[in-house]
Amino acid sequence: MKLPRFNFWGLFWGTLALLYFFVPMYGTLDFSLRMQKGLISLRAYQIVLADPQFVESFLYSVTMGVITVIVSILIFMPTTYWIYLKLPKLRPLVEIITILPFIIPVIVYVFGLIRTFSRPPFLLTLSPLGTDFLIAGGYVILSMPYMFRAIDVGMRAIDVRTLTEASQSLGGNWLQTLVNVILPNLRVALLSGSLITFATVIGELILADFLFRPAFGPYMTSIGTTKAYEPAALTIMSFALTWICLGIIQLISRGDTSQQLTGR
Amino acid sequence: MSNSHHPLVSKKTGILNNLKTWIGVIPFFVFIFIFLVLPSTNLFIGAFQDTQGNLTFENIIGLKDPAILKAYSVSLQVSIITSLVGCVFGFFVAYAITIGKAPKWMRNILMTFSGLAANFGGVPLAFAFIATVGRTGFITAVLKNICFPNPEGILSCPLDIYENGFTLYGILGLTLAYTYFEFPLMVLIITPALEGLKRDWREASDNLGASSLQYWRYVAFPILWPSILGAGLLLFGSAFGAYATAQALTGGSIYLVTILIGQQIRGDVLGNPNLGYALALGMVVIMSITIGGYTILQRRTARWLKS
Repeated sequence: MKLPRFNFWGLFWGTLALLYFFVPMYGTLDFSLRMQKGLISLRAYQIVLADPQFVESFLYSVTMGVITVIVSILIFMPTTYWIYLKLPKLRPLVEIITILPFIIPVIVYVFGLIRTFSRPPFLLTLSPLGTDFLIAGGYVILSMPYMFRAIDVGMRAIDVRTLTEASQSLGGNWLQTLVNVILPNLRVALLSGSLITFATVIGELILADFLFRPAFGPYMTSIGTTKAYEPAALTIMSFALTWICLGIIQLISRGDTSQQLTGR
Repeated sequence: MSNSHHPLVSKKTGILNNLKTWIGVIPFFVFIFIFLVLPSTNLFIGAFQDTQGNLTFENIIGLKDPAILKAYSVSLQVSIITSLVGCVFGFFVAYAITIGKAPKWMRNILMTFSGLAANFGGVPLAFAFIATVGRTGFITAVLKNICFPNPEGILSCPLDIYENGFTLYGILGLTLAYTYFEFPLMVLIITPALEGLKRDWREASDNLGASSLQYWRYVAFPILWPSILGAGLLLFGSAFGAYATAQALTGGSIYLVTILIGQQIRGDVLGNPNLGYALALGMVVIMSITIGGYTILQRRTARWLKS
């Protein structure tokens, strides 16, 4: 018996899903272009881009995103390396810790941060710099499941032990091994983890909103309550940003290190 | 026993060795302690204290407050509905990708978009739905203009959704918006499980004279149910903990636990700060059960997928 090439229900559900994906996107795009009555224009985008508050909040979030990515890599890469090399028995515990941010809703988490760090002995929220420090730490925690998973997957695909022994027999110390041997082998994993972390920080609303810092998320919310067309333009822009991040991940994983992403 | 060294010697070098073995993970644990353990335990302790700092269970008992019970019931309702819808829809889409033999280009787009949309949430998601099916949205406008003259010659527009009681700014709207990231999440989780269904099983079942329905009922479903249930729990959790989309979509007018916590942080709407901590603790308990259940079921699935 020959199976039919296409299956009606397969096509049906696939088409329905495509509609669910694209109709809101198209609707938003269409809406964002109709600020001037009766004609298609980029007016809403011009207004958004010319808004000094947009520039300020976007730059703030980009800066926080970069800081979060750097701190995340500095903490999670050596830790994961160390666990693979010396403490494999610790891995289940670390794995559970890294999924905790999924269990604690962000709104609950920020509640805890405020209760802990807005009073002595750990008072941090008094100055903008202290608050930024707190928010950056919070972002590292929130993106931890993604970053840790990315590094973990990358680390699993390479033979950490053999690479380390080879490096050590050539006289490298552990820092040299980590920077010169492990890091280059992990660049695909690190880049994809970084991009997801970055995208998370850019879109994040709650931490900055409740700690009163001028990030992109709170800016979008405030625009949403007062304007009609600009929010649509902002949505398309933030969606494009996510697309770019995802596109880069796809592009780099197709290169010579492609076996790393398929190694999972 | 391999560790039969002299006890005194091994103890001394043991501590030193231990320190050397553990030093690499110390920064991680210090960071986790400051930014995760400290805030969480602080909240936990707060739930069992009165405003003077004495131990009490009043806050937990205080959760019986009708306003709080209502928030929990609306949150549970929204999460259960959206996770069910996401589960069923996502399952059929994953079916289309794997067994349903959708064209290759369609499968590629579906998989790529699932990865993208599963991470698409927060404020932009709310904006996208407002621009599409909001009061002045794109689809709303299209549907509104589909009009037919009725027998008396008066135009009637049966698809004017806002005239027919639809509103985006409530539970139904929230369900529509959450489904946008819920069903792709289901697709991502369940596709590997569907791919793991062996062709031989279907053939064996066909050869024994079973119908398609019988195959799904007696062969495929008993294998798949842990993955489906696990995915459902994860979907439930992601809806239950969501705040930003609901806040941006309804302006905080929908009565969810997350929204109530947000209001409590801003201005102690419950009139007792410690009751807020108990409210948050309740959420974490529900989330722990949910994610814990998911993890257990996930392990079970991983085992048979490997074999």
